[in-house]
Amino acid sequence: MPEAKYLLVGSSHAALEALRAIRLHDPDGSMAMLTRDAALPYSPTILPYVVSGRSAPDKVLLRDPGFFAANNCAYVPNARAVSLDTKAKAVSLETGEVWRYQSLLIATGAAPVIPPVKGLDGVGYHVLRTLADAQGLRSAMGAAKSAVVLGAGLVGLHAAENLAEAGLKVSVVEMQTHVLPGYFDAKASDRIESAFTQHGVELRLGRKVVEVAGPDCRVTLDDGSVIAADLLLVATGVRPVTDWLEGSGISLDKGVLVDDLMRTNADGVWAAGDVAQATDFHSGSQALIGIIPTAVEQGKIAGQGMAGDPYRKEYPGGLAVNTYRFFGRVALSIGRATATEAVETVESEEGGYRRLVLEGNRLVGVASVDQPFDVGIMGELIRRRIDLSQCKDAFLARPVETGRRLMSEQWR
Amino acid sequence: MGAAFDSITFKASLCDGCGDCMTSCSEAKGGEARLSIVPGAKAGAFELAICRQCGDPKCVQVCPSGALDKHAGSGVIGWASDKCVDCLLCTAGCAYGGIAVDASVSRVAKCDQCEGDPACVKSCPTGALEFRKAGSIFNEYGGKEDLFVPGLSGCQGCNSELIMRHAMRKIGRNAVLATPPGCIPGMGSVGYNGKTGTKVPVFHPLLTNTASMLSGIRRYYDKVGRKDIVVMALAGDGGTADCGFHAVSGAAERGEKILYVCVDNEGYMNTGMQRSGTTPYGSWTSTTPVGEHMQGKTQDAKNLPMIMTAHRCRYVATASTGYMEDLYEKLDRAIEASFEGFAYLHIYSPCPTGWRIPSSKVIDACRMSVDSNFNPLWEYTNSTGLRFTRSPDNALPVAAYVKMIGKYRHLSPDQLAHIQAKVDEQVALLKLMAAEAPPPPAAHRAPAGSSTPAGADLSQSARREIARN
Repeated sequence: MPEAKYLLVGSSHAALEALRAIRLHDPDGSMAMLTRDAALPYSPTILPYVVSGRSAPDKVLLRDPGFFAANNCAYVPNARAVSLDTKAKAVSLETGEVWRYQSLLIATGAAPVIPPVKGLDGVGYHVLRTLADAQGLRSAMGAAKSAVVLGAGLVGLHAAENLAEAGLKVSVVEMQTHVLPGYFDAKASDRIESAFTQHGVELRLGRKVVEVAGPDCRVTLDDGSVIAADLLLVATGVRPVTDWLEGSGISLDKGVLVDDLMRTNADGVWAAGDVAQATDFHSGSQALIGIIPTAVEQGKIAGQGMAGDPYRKEYPGGLAVNTYRFFGRVALSIGRATATEAVETVESEEGGYRRLVLEGNRLVGVASVDQPFDVGIMGELIRRRIDLSQCKDAFLARPVETGRRLMSEQWR
Repeated sequence: MGAAFDSITFKASLCDGCGDCMTSCSEAKGGEARLSIVPGAKAGAFELAICRQCGDPKCVQVCPSGALDKHAGSGVIGWASDKCVDCLLCTAGCAYGGIAVDASVSRVAKCDQCEGDPACVKSCPTGALEFRKAGSIFNEYGGKEDLFVPGLSGCQGCNSELIMRHAMRKIGRNAVLATPPGCIPGMGSVGYNGKTGTKVPVFHPLLTNTASMLSGIRRYYDKVGRKDIVVMALAGDGGTADCGFHAVSGAAERGEKILYVCVDNEGYMNTGMQRSGTTPYGSWTSTTPVGEHMQGKTQDAKNLPMIMTAHRCRYVATASTGYMEDLYEKLDRAIEASFEGFAYLHIYSPCPTGWRIPSSKVIDACRMSVDSNFNPLWEYTNSTGLRFTRSPDNALPVAAYVKMIGKYRHLSPDQLAHIQAKVDEQVALLKLMAAEAPPPPAAHRAPAGSSTPAGADLSQSARREIARN
């Protein structure tokens, strides 16, 4: 029975950061990284760029075998975990193999949500979460002339842009009335939407799909209209991969519930990344924030905890962050960028769109389109709850410059 | 031993916002400048956004394409343009605006330190930007043999141990070391119970005869043809400026081929913090107390390195562990000069215990003492005269330095004004000496009037080799 002092289930950002944090404290303890994927580690975020051809499957790998050898970590691909026994401290794989551990990291990420749409099972649709998905979509795209994308989130819009740029006629169906809901307010979304429309993408916002029929993929919407296409991409969100934890006694809600040290309710079991439901910075309650920055932060904290590193810090809470490129343009948002109630908002439309959201002279969110800002600096101003009352006019007029100044001062 | 890295540093107090750094960066790299000077909180103050080449770089960690990587050798976070997919997540990782969108190409751009020769630093007219190479020094010398036992019992935060270990790492085993009474032997370098604490021959002269004993040792080595030995002292300010001064002065006058390092902590610290000739005006010591009648020392310190220049030594320099690059260069020159004549190196060493400084602030105090001109850094040779190795212009007020230090806590405004006036006077005098220095001659000459017996000559290149160690 294979055994590892540190067993990491998952191979993307959270698991890689945990590995790093463990090795900083414990260079020798046995370690293994199990992944259901066939490839070396890569980021799901890179996949739209594989679809577009901007990147390639051999360019996206974040680590090579030499890295795992140097870090004394067994990398085990094609290893899908199917159950966890927290008493025996053992993880069972689909292959029947059982791995024992002393400390376990659950970093199994998330998988696409397939909405319960009539007829969807009967047609061949695409999703975009793995490298294999991206390669499949890229080859299907070459043969297709038209496409329907369900969902106008980041994955859906990225893919829609790729498909449109590849010459397909693309329609995007979204239940909400705007694209990228949650990240951008209506004014920002309008700019993004008009870019898509200008590039020939048909946006069907505020619409639900009621039925999908084959063989050419005819999508019927709730207003009775029918879109015919020869490629269907389902991008209606993702859900943490927790099915293998059913019956294990691990506390689950939408994801694996963790405290501010990324511990689950089971002894010796941590969770981090898209699978984890950790503290939300603004609300203080546990929420899913499936983005790389939170995965990195959580992975590090979990790794420090697993290795017993006394210098670990508690998780400060996750902030929503979005850096989005569309047709060469830039849209950015961080924090409560769409908030409207009990906050002060300052919008500007000079040379792009910008929205600053403050609460009691402290920044709580920023969004912009066509006007880049230092997302990390704004994030620190939010996280550190920096009082802007002394420089508020300057900040509202010149947020980038003033933000840089404030962080330069903080640094000294 | 881990790696250390060189870094671009920014001293906000020296920045006048001219923007030359941004212009030169933009010219050197094409596109927008990769650092930005922004207005500070007060009028005339400026701040800087630049890549800090973090040790734990978030930009690298959040990059989904593996386009960013911290170079193990240089520590520079490199950006691979062919791997980057322009997602901008790195800008969300950076808390300092060190990686940002270059609007001219709509891609990110960041500082790469111009392969160790940053254009911004070269163009900075005020010295606000510097390229500090202490990291290279650490990498180069960290692996060399440490010539002291582990666990010297210096006070926590004392930089004398740093000075001793660094100096001897550089000098190497070919040395004979004198450590007269003071903190340096006191912390264990001479050893206990018949065993020395040092891996080179070490002895413990009297406070009064260090330079005389070294003279004899040097002459003997010369006589037997061993011209490759560095004959040296690691002495305190008391043993150099006061009780041992006649011996030091005599050896310098005779041009003895000695490396004399004075570690100046401004008092007799290991015997209970009594005042010495180098204790500055206003300092609290156990013999210049602060109370109803006395407010610290009432006399000014003697400037020993300036006195040594009056001996027309082969080499005289002041140094500080706040500026290790400078200290290392001076060690090189002092070692080389010690084969030809008297070389005197005066290293300032704040005493956390006797000066009442938090142990974590000693190096800060070293820097501030230099930045305020309290301890200007300069060097002198008898053939080239005196020159500053750090510009004394744009100095901070001395108040910024003394407020860090407990022994000055009682200072009245008058006393502070006195210290500032003395600092200004001292710099003015040094400037005069630097201005009057003769131009460097075509070749180095042997010190005039040297009575040291001439042994077998060591070639210049061999001396350099030893100096480089």
